[in-house]
Formats: sequence, structure tokens, C-alpha cells
Amino acid sequence: MRRRAILGYGAAGVGAVALMLFVGWWQVDGPGGPEPIGQRPVALTAMDFRLTDHEGNAVGPETLIGRPTMAFFGFTYCPDVCPTTLSDISGWLDDLGDGADEMNVAFITVDPERDTVETMAEYVGYFHPAIRGWTGPEEQIARVADGFRATYERVPTESGDYTMNHTASVFLFAASGRFVTMIDYHEPREFAVPKIRRALEEEMEGAT
Amino acid sequence: MKKHTLTGTLAALLTLGGLSVPALAGPEDVVVVNAWSRASIGMNRPGAAYMTIRNTGDEPVTLIGLATPLAMMPKIHETKTNAEGVSSMSPAGEIAIAPGESVALEPGGLHAMLMRLQEPMTEGDTFPLTLLFDDGGEVTVEVPILGIAARGPED
Ligand SMILES: [Cu+2]
Repeated sequence: MRRRAILGYGAAGVGAVALMLFVGWWQVDGPGGPEPIGQRPVALTAMDFRLTDHEGNAVGPETLIGRPTMAFFGFTYCPDVCPTTLSDISGWLDDLGDGADEMNVAFITVDPERDTVETMAEYVGYFHPAIRGWTGPEEQIARVADGFRATYERVPTESGDYTMNHTASVFLFAASGRFVTMIDYHEPREFAVPKIRRALEEEMEGAT
Repeated sequence: MKKHTLTGTLAALLTLGGLSVPALAGPEDVVVVNAWSRASIGMNRPGAAYMTIRNTGDEPVTLIGLATPLAMMPKIHETKTNAEGVSSMSPAGEIAIAPGESVALEPGGLHAMLMRLQEPMTEGDTFPLTLLFDDGGEVTVEVPILGIAARGPED
């Protein structure tokens, strides 16, 4: 009796360990695992989403193809990282001079609930005129983030509001739509601007 | 050379109308320099303020909180960016500053988060921000409000 009970526990134990291993695999590597973040964005030509820019125009990945692109995810209620990044981008564009006119620059909201077309229009107006604000329905925002392999998450704050955690890097694409590289948050201007120049030059080569 | 630099700094202090005048009230050993913030669009969004807090004394000091008539809920927050490039923000808790050390509140790191604004932050204005220390000491600094696209205290 006693022995049987022990055996029973033993079997249950083995079963439990196997189950734990399986659950662990499922969550980490298996189909239940999170999207591997840090993965390269797909080419713009392979993306599919419909958004609206801050002037009310319908936009999609095709809007960005034909000229090199700088794109960034954020939200206008962000007090720290987003205004800083938009100021950084404005500074890079000033450094590029005429090159800035050759680029698409899209600021894509991850908070479409609060960032309406009108809100985006007012907000981007404070930064470099090349910066366009893009918003759209929740599921389209999810699609664009998926193509970029960007992540975002809504987090409640102690003031009773919410904030958004989100990928803060700036994405660079060539005119062909090919992903070139990323500019990390906090990356000094002396590294950022040459990266952008490289994306611009790649376009020239592609065109000739 | 050194003298020149000092004179330049002094001139900058004067022209910026008290922007960086060391705040010496309260714990005499705490000096706050380069305080700045960005203008807000209305009152719905939280604001953020930045500065460098120096402990010039021989004893450690611990910053435990903030107070300002501008915001009902000012708090020290920290923005972090992880290896995947995802940034997030959370309350920073208490901040100990060792003797002779400084703590920088700067974009993308520690910041004074100004939640529930009581009035819009208007470029060109200033507001008082009081730093509260664990020994009951307080230091009040007048924070200038720069443009929304400002990148640092000199913008
Ligand atoms: Cu914050």
C-alpha cells in the first residue's frame, strides 16, 4: 500500500516534470513563445497596413517606397523619450540639409486611442517639417508594428492614466524598401547622421 | 583659460536669468544646476523636468520626493531602454547621492515626472520645483520652461 503510494507519487512526479518541461518548451521555443524580438524588420515591400497621416491622407508601406525612410514609434503623451527622439531626428535632419528633402520621416503612434489625426497634426507641428505623423485603427497599428518587429504595451501609471512601453529605436530603410539599419536611443549624433547618409547614398546607387 | 571658462559660465548664468543659479536653501550642501523642462500642449499630458543635483557636502543625502504647485503628482521616474530597444518608465524610488557626487536627471534616464498638471507649461515661463530629502530638508529650484523640441538646458 505504502509502496504503491510512493510509486504513484513517483509516476505523478515524472509526469509533472515532463509537463513542466513541455510547458517550458512551449513558452520559450515552441508555438506559444513570444515573437522573437530584436529580429530584423521585413522590407517595406513585404509589409501590408493602412494608416492615415496627420493631414488625413491614406498611407501605407507603398507611401514610403521610392525614397529612403526614417520611421519611429511613439505616442504624443510620452513626456520623456518621444519628444527627445523627435528633437534628435529634427537635429539630424538639420544636419543633413538638402538631404532631408530626399527622405520620408514617419512618426507612427502606438497609442491611437489618444493620438487622433488632429492630435498628431498639432504635435508634429512642433518639430522638423519633414516629420509626418501616422495613426490608424488599433489592428492596423498592430500590423505595422509587426512588420517592423517593434513592440508596444499599455501600462497603467500611478496617476490613474496609462503610458506605453515601446520600441524606441529609429528604423532606416533604403529607397527600395529594404531595411538598412537602426539608430538606437541615446546614439550620439556623430554616429546617427553618417548612418542616415549611408541610407541616402544607397538610394543614389540604386537609382543609377 | 580656466578663468575664461568660468567667466563664460557666469555670463551664461546671468543671461539665462537665474536658470542655473545654484539653489542653496535647505540642505546647504545640495546644489542644483542646469534645470530645464519642455513646454506642454495643454494640461492633459504629463510634463518632465531635468537637472543635475550635486551633493557638495561630507554626508550622503537621499532625495525622497518632489513638490510643485504646477503638478498634483510630481514624482521621480526612470526611463530604461532594454537590449531590444524597448523603452519603459517607472517610479525611481529614493535616490541616494554620496558626498561629492552628482545625479543627473536627463532625457531617457531619471526625470522629474510632472503628472496632473494644474496649468499648461508655457515656453518662457518658470515654475518652482522643491526637492524633498529624507532628513526633512528641502531645496527649491526655479525651472525654466523651454520649447517642446528642446534637447537640453541650452536650447
Ligand atoms: Cu516618467
